[in-house]
Amino acid sequence: MTDALLTGADASTEVPLKRRLRRAERTRQVKALALVAPLLVFLLFTFAGPIAGMLWRAVDDREVRQALPKTVAALANWDGKDLPDEKAYAALASDILSARGAGTIAIAAKRLNYALNGFRTILTGTARHLKTAPEPDTAKETLGKINPAWRERTTWTTIKDAGGPVTGFYLLAALDLTRNVDGAIVSAPPDQAIYREIFARTFLISLGVTVLCLILGFPVAYLLATLPPRRSNLLMIFVLLPFWTSLLVRTCAWIVLLQSKGVVNDSLHWLGIIDEPLRLIYNRFGVCVAMTHVLLPFMILPLYSSMKAISPAYMRAAASLGAPPLTAFLRIYLPQTLPGIGAGGLLVFILALGYYITPALVGGAADQMISYFIALYTTETANWGLASALGAVLLLATILLALVYGKLVQGQQVTGGMKN
Amino acid sequence: MSDTPSLRTPSQRIAWTATIAISTLVFIFLIAPILAIMPLSFSSGSYLTYPLPGLSLRWYDDFISSPRWMNSLKNSMIIGVASTVVSMVLGTLAALGLAQWKSRFKPLVLAFVLSPVVVPGVITAVGLYFFFAPIGLTGSYLGLILAHTALATPFVVITVGATLQSFDTNLARAAASLGASPLQAFRRVILPLILPGIASGALFAFATSFDEVVIVLFMAGPEQRTLPREMFSGIRENISPTITAAAVILTTVSVILLATLEGLRRRNERLKGSSA
Repeated sequence: MTDALLTGADASTEVPLKRRLRRAERTRQVKALALVAPLLVFLLFTFAGPIAGMLWRAVDDREVRQALPKTVAALANWDGKDLPDEKAYAALASDILSARGAGTIAIAAKRLNYALNGFRTILTGTARHLKTAPEPDTAKETLGKINPAWRERTTWTTIKDAGGPVTGFYLLAALDLTRNVDGAIVSAPPDQAIYREIFARTFLISLGVTVLCLILGFPVAYLLATLPPRRSNLLMIFVLLPFWTSLLVRTCAWIVLLQSKGVVNDSLHWLGIIDEPLRLIYNRFGVCVAMTHVLLPFMILPLYSSMKAISPAYMRAAASLGAPPLTAFLRIYLPQTLPGIGAGGLLVFILALGYYITPALVGGAADQMISYFIALYTTETANWGLASALGAVLLLATILLALVYGKLVQGQQVTGGMKN
Repeated sequence: MSDTPSLRTPSQRIAWTATIAISTLVFIFLIAPILAIMPLSFSSGSYLTYPLPGLSLRWYDDFISSPRWMNSLKNSMIIGVASTVVSMVLGTLAALGLAQWKSRFKPLVLAFVLSPVVVPGVITAVGLYFFFAPIGLTGSYLGLILAHTALATPFVVITVGATLQSFDTNLARAAASLGASPLQAFRRVILPLILPGIASGALFAFATSFDEVVIVLFMAGPEQRTLPREMFSGIRENISPTITAAAVILTTVSVILLATLEGLRRRNERLKGSSA
């Protein structure tokens, strides 16, 4: 409509036309934005909001503050060098008495126990023994008698650190770091330092799967890109069918194939290659095989689309200039596939990093990736702060890689040859 | 055009043969597990090993007569169809808007819209678990539909967006110049042309929801368990032949979706070919 109006506006002078054009364009832009808005609002509620909430939980620290408000207030100005003064002890005793009544003592004890092993016993034990509020000026003595831990600085710095309302505690813990009694950031004690190893394992498995996918995917993509369309379309079914087959079906299939009485072991036994069934599943091998199977199409498709764009004339030109086939391949063909290798590799790596279902089903205890622990701390142990902090680290890694991926596929199809 | 690239030297021929040999092995690797699981579902025995003791449909019968499995199939369909419909509407509108919108923030908005595909499922699931629990959306169909819609919509935006890229905007102008109202122009000119894109987006959306299990693990109550969720616990406990029957049913759905998509793609290519 506006376009029709504009064509009829030739007769008017130039300035109003320009202005009208601008106004028409502005209307168009507002309309365009109005079309995108419903999805943006929807995603804010179902995606961005929830993830922001999770990130908030990684630093949110109000349990101790809610259960022991007077203690936290009394410790606010404490320098942490010596034991706190009598006022803080009295505040703690009063807080414990009221928290026991309100039933919040267990929540605070759980949070403090994350920071200092054994704190649960200290706090609940004290709560049990403290019948009435101590006489004025005897709180320090009374508490110290109930549990000698109250005569130690660490006990008090732990409460001060957990006083909130925000904390770096969970994020530090997710990286195997902690604050010592003087507030300096140090490595966590070895018995609690497990997350760096889990992140390293997650990266290692993802990297291994990515490399496997590249090795297996490259020749296939090359074949598909080189064959005439009629034949490559047919062969493409071998890539697309697994791609569309449910993840659960594929994982289930691998268990059936690889278990000790499975098809692979039976065949090897029948062929006389092995006497005892090999352990092919519920270990790292099974995880890598199943994950490679699931992610291979994500490597083949971007590689295929980048190879499809390479004109065969280049290779012919190289040959006519006297390059041996291997040289021509390494110096002419391979460099042109690098964007495809980068896109496919990053895509597979990103997807592998966040994997949960396949390792959970075909991996042993030592093969679980970071997602497993995030799920575990969310649903089983309800350590939501730590689950969120681990999630934040994983999310950060994913976003950084996705940014690189975005740069890489810029100009190429948005889908990177995926699924279409 | 010959079927193989022009091969001049023996070494090229060796390299080509090697490519074919390796590719064949990879194709077997890709397809064999899916094929291997199928016959087992028709076994008359209850062990998942070859050779089959005999053929029977008892495990399909088991599937159909089990309220647990049938309920999960029903849930998968309800949640899949509902989230497909919502994501089609939201995704198509957004793709139309994004195609016209000019701004330097556009890449940012596009990245945001597509991010549910890239963000690890566990992170989305944990976030939704915290976010939806206080407002009563965990353990509800609505919560799962909303979550699956968020995951599926990017695929609709991508496919419709791709169709719009090859869409000639002059056609909309022509319709307008012939007196069509914007709504008429959309319904009678734009919509028919982008319909294949919407349809393949819908297929992706449905497949995404139908295969999704991480969010269902976190958010579904016993009432909302879907087919993949039921398979997940089945695989965890002990794989029975009923699970292989469920796998065959799921694979059949995938094949139908894939075949429809391929049909759409061919039709689209034909149309493009005729207009060129």
